[in-house]
Amino acid sequence: MIKKELCKILQHKEIAKDIYELTVAGELVDEINEPGQFVHIRVTDSWDPVLRRPISISSYDKKRKQLTMIYRKDGQGTSLLSQMAPGMELDILGPLGNGFPVSEVSIAETALLVGGGIGVPPLYELSNQLTAKGVKVIHVLGFQTESAVFYENEFSKNGETFVATVDGSYGAKGFVTDIMKDLSFDCIYTCGPTPMLKAIEQGYSNKRLFLSLEERMGCGVGACFACVCKSGEDPNGTSYKKVCSDGPVFRAGEVML
Amino acid sequence: MSRLNIDLPGLKLKNPIMPASGCFGFGREYSQFYDLSTLGAIMIKATTTEPRFGNPTPRVAETRAGMLNAIGLQNPGLKKVMSEELSWLSQYDVPIIANVAGSLEEDYVEVAKEISKASNVHALELNISCPNVKTGGIAFGTIPEVARDLTRKVKEVSEVPVYVKLSPNVTNIVEMAKAVEAGGADGLTMINTLVGMRLDLKTGKPILANRTGGLSGPAVKPVAIRMIYEVSQAVELPIIGMGGVQSAEDVIEFFYAGASAVAVGTANFVDPFVCPTIIEELPLLLEKLGFEHISECTGRSWK
Repeated sequence: MIKKELCKILQHKEIAKDIYELTVAGELVDEINEPGQFVHIRVTDSWDPVLRRPISISSYDKKRKQLTMIYRKDGQGTSLLSQMAPGMELDILGPLGNGFPVSEVSIAETALLVGGGIGVPPLYELSNQLTAKGVKVIHVLGFQTESAVFYENEFSKNGETFVATVDGSYGAKGFVTDIMKDLSFDCIYTCGPTPMLKAIEQGYSNKRLFLSLEERMGCGVGACFACVCKSGEDPNGTSYKKVCSDGPVFRAGEVML
Repeated sequence: MSRLNIDLPGLKLKNPIMPASGCFGFGREYSQFYDLSTLGAIMIKATTTEPRFGNPTPRVAETRAGMLNAIGLQNPGLKKVMSEELSWLSQYDVPIIANVAGSLEEDYVEVAKEISKASNVHALELNISCPNVKTGGIAFGTIPEVARDLTRKVKEVSEVPVYVKLSPNVTNIVEMAKAVEAGGADGLTMINTLVGMRLDLKTGKPILANRTGGLSGPAVKPVAIRMIYEVSQAVELPIIGMGGVQSAEDVIEFFYAGASAVAVGTANFVDPFVCPTIIEELPLLLEKLGFEHISECTGRSWK
């Protein structure tokens, strides 16, 4: 069930350049089903900006009723969010959408988790859950530059972790796809910019593949039709999927990227 | 005794609050949050003869205290709206106002004729003001004679009263209102969104794939108030007002301007509970302001 709740901020800090980690406590944590779901945050009581901000959940702890999000301070909304301090209350709507299916890989298999930039966070809870289940996980994380890199150590605790930066200032120079070529795995879970998702979908059509999409959203619950994409079976027709309520995670081919 | 019940052509409303068309889908999503029977009415998403996918994304862009949208009348088409959405909505004790759209005159007529037969559709909202489609929509809503003739044709086939949704993107809104009144409209709904644009600072290009979009939200409220103020003095038709409503205070202001009911749009996206919250707060606000019934507020600005 989706809840709207004022959640108390427990921790809020910058973990890389313009990248913030935010932990809140709330009853709505009980309602989270899967890694990869998101919440919709109202960053101000005034009406500027008007809309909520969709932010993915990077990890959660049901026992302590806490959830952590990682976001990039970019526009007006996330700048306002970044100024909020522990102890303050945050108006959160969630959990929203459908996440990564953990049950798609079995214990003897290897899962490859591929994240690009601010698409990395939702993979962290997924990595934790797959690891807890006994699945072998390998991570490939891509960033623009060294100052934008985050969570390398956290991911490394669960499994082998490769980092690539576009400018080569940290890890391997290039894209996540350059690293993926040399790895063997059974299933891919990925989240990141659309060109990256497209490249992975084209290159690995023979694998089980789950992609998490990002799109500008209005309501976040499926009513406004802002974040719609074409259905994969019907690329020229009128069938559609809503990123917010049918996704944000889709099986490869389910939607047109 | 209720302070909020309102009778309008075709509509016996237990309260004058309803979600605006395009901001509430067909109600399913918001039924997760509260009982839809709480609402005065529901204005469902625009329906066209055939299914429509709508515009490419991005379809929304934010502006100061407002948002631009260019969805492009995405909907599953008349047949599915009738068989799946309206029949699903019939489990609720709430009158439906069906928003009717099209590209050609005959599209409007066909949708109006069929959809007005649904048992829970108590009125139509003729959408001659959508700014986001290439043909139809606003093309019918900016020339008085065209709007009048379309209203007349739809009135001929509709089995329920017809409200016409006016566009603010005109030189003279009073002239438009008078034209559709002459065409036989039973009421007006106003205002649709204002055409606007937003450009990306880095690329210099429009953020919306459709380039232009319709502005809604608190930013447009003063425009809506002014237009309702002018139109309500010039025509005999009841007005369902909309444009940036987010609180019980806003609702009263719309009534003062000349509205007899109020629709809530963009605010649903921010607070899914906004409609029931306003409905709950209105009686207290009326009490505070010294009104026995909300109908006493209508047109207070000029009466």
